[in-house]
Amino acid sequence: MTDFKIILEITKTHLLSRFKQSSIAALGVTFGIGTFIVLVSFMTGLNNMLDGLTLNRTPHIHIYNEIKPSEVQPIDRSEEYKNSYNVIRSIKPKRSQERIHNALPLMAVLTKDNRVKGITSQVAAKVFYISGSIELNGVVNGINVADEVKLFNFGDYIIKGSPENLLRNSNGILLGAGLADKMSLSVGDRLQLSSVNGGVFPLKVVGIFQSGLADIDNIQSYVNLKTAQEFLGEGSNYISDINVKLWDIDKAFLFSKEISKQHQVTAIDIKTANAQFETGTTIRNLITYSVSITLLIVAGFGIYNILNMLIYEKMNDIAILKATGFSGNDVKLIFISQALIIGLIGGLLGLIFGLFISILIDHTPFETQALPTIKTFPVNFKILYYVIGIIFALVSTFLAGYLPARRAQSIDPVDVIRGQ
Amino acid sequence: MSTIIEANNINKYFRKPMLFHVLKDISFNINKGEFVSIMGKSGCGKSTLLYILSTMDTDYEGELILGGQKLTGKSGNELSKVRNEKIGFVFQFHYLLPEFSVLQNVMLPARKLGRKSYNEIEKDAMKSLSLLGIGDQAKKKASMISGGEKQRAAIARALINDPKIIMGDEPTGNLDSKNSDNVFNIFRQLSSELGISLLMVTHDQDFAKNTDRIIEMEDGHIIG
Repeated sequence: MTDFKIILEITKTHLLSRFKQSSIAALGVTFGIGTFIVLVSFMTGLNNMLDGLTLNRTPHIHIYNEIKPSEVQPIDRSEEYKNSYNVIRSIKPKRSQERIHNALPLMAVLTKDNRVKGITSQVAAKVFYISGSIELNGVVNGINVADEVKLFNFGDYIIKGSPENLLRNSNGILLGAGLADKMSLSVGDRLQLSSVNGGVFPLKVVGIFQSGLADIDNIQSYVNLKTAQEFLGEGSNYISDINVKLWDIDKAFLFSKEISKQHQVTAIDIKTANAQFETGTTIRNLITYSVSITLLIVAGFGIYNILNMLIYEKMNDIAILKATGFSGNDVKLIFISQALIIGLIGGLLGLIFGLFISILIDHTPFETQALPTIKTFPVNFKILYYVIGIIFALVSTFLAGYLPARRAQSIDPVDVIRGQ
Repeated sequence: MSTIIEANNINKYFRKPMLFHVLKDISFNINKGEFVSIMGKSGCGKSTLLYILSTMDTDYEGELILGGQKLTGKSGNELSKVRNEKIGFVFQFHYLLPEFSVLQNVMLPARKLGRKSYNEIEKDAMKSLSLLGIGDQAKKKASMISGGEKQRAAIARALINDPKIIMGDEPTGNLDSKNSDNVFNIFRQLSSELGISLLMVTHDQDFAKNTDRIIEMEDGHIIG
């Protein structure tokens, strides 16, 4: 068994005697790995934030009662016209209730289901906001604020006041930022809501929320569920929307189908409602990995080149080593370990470099109207990426070192000695 | 006297650029402690024969036995071990690793063999360097010493694993006469005092005539 120490010592001497080239080769790896870390941390940070933006406040399944024309018209039931092609013009939906039929029992069933993490119920009402002489139309949602905070991170979007204020004050309202702006209202001010059928309700602003979507912030406000029900003149069984959060988001599609079939309501799952968002995530990940792999391949070619040149230069050394009893395998090991050491040192420096840049980005201010909770660029410091980074570095340098090392292994010492 | 090296009916062909019969039916023995030189004109195949005997060239017909062990047909790794343990080399060009110190160069084969501890190897290496009169150069880089000193360092390296035989390809080929005599005397001493066999390919008449036996070659045959 070869003493590995002697192999390493030869490796070390070779690397140190060509310190400049070795450093440049290592720097190539450093750059590749560093860029990988920065890219992947930043990209996934951004992804998580954007995903969170959607996932946090979007229910996995949204249940409501959609008003639409009946799919099965009377003529379709007629035996007489069963085999004919029926055309009906100007179909109108039947006037029916906007609330979910039998909402309370449905909620009881959903709560018991072990796939469900939690549900929240809402009452939506069209209103006019009246403050002084201004009248703006909009939508008020009655919510159970504690549940919304727990399940959909509702608290993140309150920029003034707090969600608990709504809980304490049954006549409180959380006003959209755009609305508050237009009506020059702030926390503690009063305004009136007028319903479509004429009733007027005085309310007190207990907080201001900003979702990041101007269209929503300009029309939407939140009140307590009970307030909304009173406002509409309905009882406590009046529920217009049920939002379901599941333990496993992947089950949303099938479960939504199941609900709409069993309970005759409209149930939309998150993937159907936000099909574009998963595509975006996948493509961003793809870009990150392909850019990093390209960088590492370039670094790998650098190492390949440098080792190839080294082997030409060390032809004599290889011949001596072989003549004095080092086997081809030993020689191969010497050159592979050179490549791996370059990879390891370059890779570790790359991780440090990447971490440093990531921290820098993490502290760069990034304030945007759309994202009230974000103050700096989002960066994902996941240890896994650092592990992948160092494995990348070692694998690519191993591959780059393997071919030259194989050549060194097969050099015939007689050819070298004879050639002198 | 026991036989160290035995070559039986060795034939060797060069296949490029065209088929050429270099060594024709070579057979001879070298005994323990014997100092043998091979002489002959350029191109007669003497270096080729040496490389076969040294186990570095395995592309031949015939049989090669070293110290009772048949070497023909062994794998490259096994032959590396044999070279490491039983054969020492001295070449015309000095062939030290230029980035290592003289001492490290000498120690290298022994550390590869791994039979002794680092400290023992270092002591042995220092001893043979002193024996060859270059103990004071041990810590210098191999590229920083003179040609004669390099050749002596190479001899020290050849000796480090107590080989059965030392082979040389024109070991005094590019040394001046003073250094050349010096190296020859060292070889002489090794053979008579330590009982090491020596096989040297040379052009140098003076060198050859002082050895125990001269094998003369011409056109791939041994002629005397």
